[in-house]
Amino acid sequence: MQDEHDNRTMGRRDFMKCMAWAGTGTLLLMKGGVLHARTLGAAAGAEAKDATFSFAQVSDSHIGFHLAPNPDPAATFRAALAQVDALPVRPDFVLHTGDLTHLSRPDQFATVQGLMQESRAGKGKVLYVPGEHDVIGDNGAEFFRRFGERQHDGGWYSFDHRGVHFVGLINVLNLKAGGLGYLGAEQLAWLKQDLAPLSAETPVLVFAHMPMWSLYPQWGWGTDDSAEAMGYLRRFGSVSVLNGHIHQIQQKVEGNITFHTARSTAYPQPAPGAGPVPGPLKSVTPDRLRSYLGIRSVRHVQGKDALAVTEEAMA
Amino acid sequence: MSGRLVLAACLWLAVGAPALAAHAAVDAAAKPGQIEIHNFMFMPKTLTVPVGAKVTWINRDEEPHIVVSANGQFAPSKALDTGDRYVTIFSKPGTYTYYCTVHPFMTGTVIVK
Repeated sequence: MQDEHDNRTMGRRDFMKCMAWAGTGTLLLMKGGVLHARTLGAAAGAEAKDATFSFAQVSDSHIGFHLAPNPDPAATFRAALAQVDALPVRPDFVLHTGDLTHLSRPDQFATVQGLMQESRAGKGKVLYVPGEHDVIGDNGAEFFRRFGERQHDGGWYSFDHRGVHFVGLINVLNLKAGGLGYLGAEQLAWLKQDLAPLSAETPVLVFAHMPMWSLYPQWGWGTDDSAEAMGYLRRFGSVSVLNGHIHQIQQKVEGNITFHTARSTAYPQPAPGAGPVPGPLKSVTPDRLRSYLGIRSVRHVQGKDALAVTEEAMA
Repeated sequence: MSGRLVLAACLWLAVGAPALAAHAAVDAAAKPGQIEIHNFMFMPKTLTVPVGAKVTWINRDEEPHIVVSANGQFAPSKALDTGDRYVTIFSKPGTYTYYCTVHPFMTGTVIVK
């Protein structure tokens, strides 16, 4: 995304969709549900300086993948964590939004844990939600054993951090043949109950692996029952939804809810519908690969309901 | 050229040539009891086999896939990496719908007669 978007003229039910999946970093400022985007620069940096806290998002590390365009996703994940460690302001925690591994194998999970231990940020507080690649064959038993928060049997959880309510949702289990991501009745009932005591002024940040809106259902990029979750979130003045899964940045604003998908630290995927399948973009040359990969940092300014979201490509 | 030959040539161009050009996997899928997984599709999408037939799935994608019965009628495969195979024997007649739980939009059917 290269331009500043100003959607003051758009109604509450209107939405804006824009895309940035390569190139320079972007600073996103969300104010009362309106997204403003700026390319990273001195002005954007100055705006981020008054943050009271920040956190970083990494996603789709796909440890175990071994083909073009990235035969060594461990190296690029290590580089992404080094980038988090190099941030001028130390983030309070790191969020990994799923597909830690490629095949849910114990050795792949162990590699992720090892790489985390090599990083200052990774040794600190890290919160995870699984991707569909992390729950193959065992419904996520190995994932939850190593990385789960254990608040509920289903694996979902919430916590409050310096005035912001965070919710981690699981939308990669019990998927139906022919369907998309799935939350399920039990999780939705929990979400409704979890949000009920909060005032509408509380900033809410929801994270899950698969996109929480119908981004491109033909490739499975959406969640079957996300509309019900959004129904519970609509009353809040500021809701941010962070996802992974599609290995590129896509944003959408719907009322006061802003959706962001993240880059992968392993390999890019094509833009929706650009190509026959949602597989790895094999045509990316080694010298260009890191410009498609990256991390995200999010800063919160106390007393404002805005979260500033900054994208950083790896090269 | 006789009318019949012209017709045959046209049919070959209209149907045969593009299919051959698409990819060789189509030929391989024509093997009895074999289902190719390619470009996030099971091919053929519907396979009919006799009772007692051995069915083999082969993953030709860079992405991992998994073969799971939609209603637990047969044992699921492990995660199939590129080139991995899964074999199961269908000993009872019926219609077996299956899908890839990693990419649930991928569905297929085995009909056992």
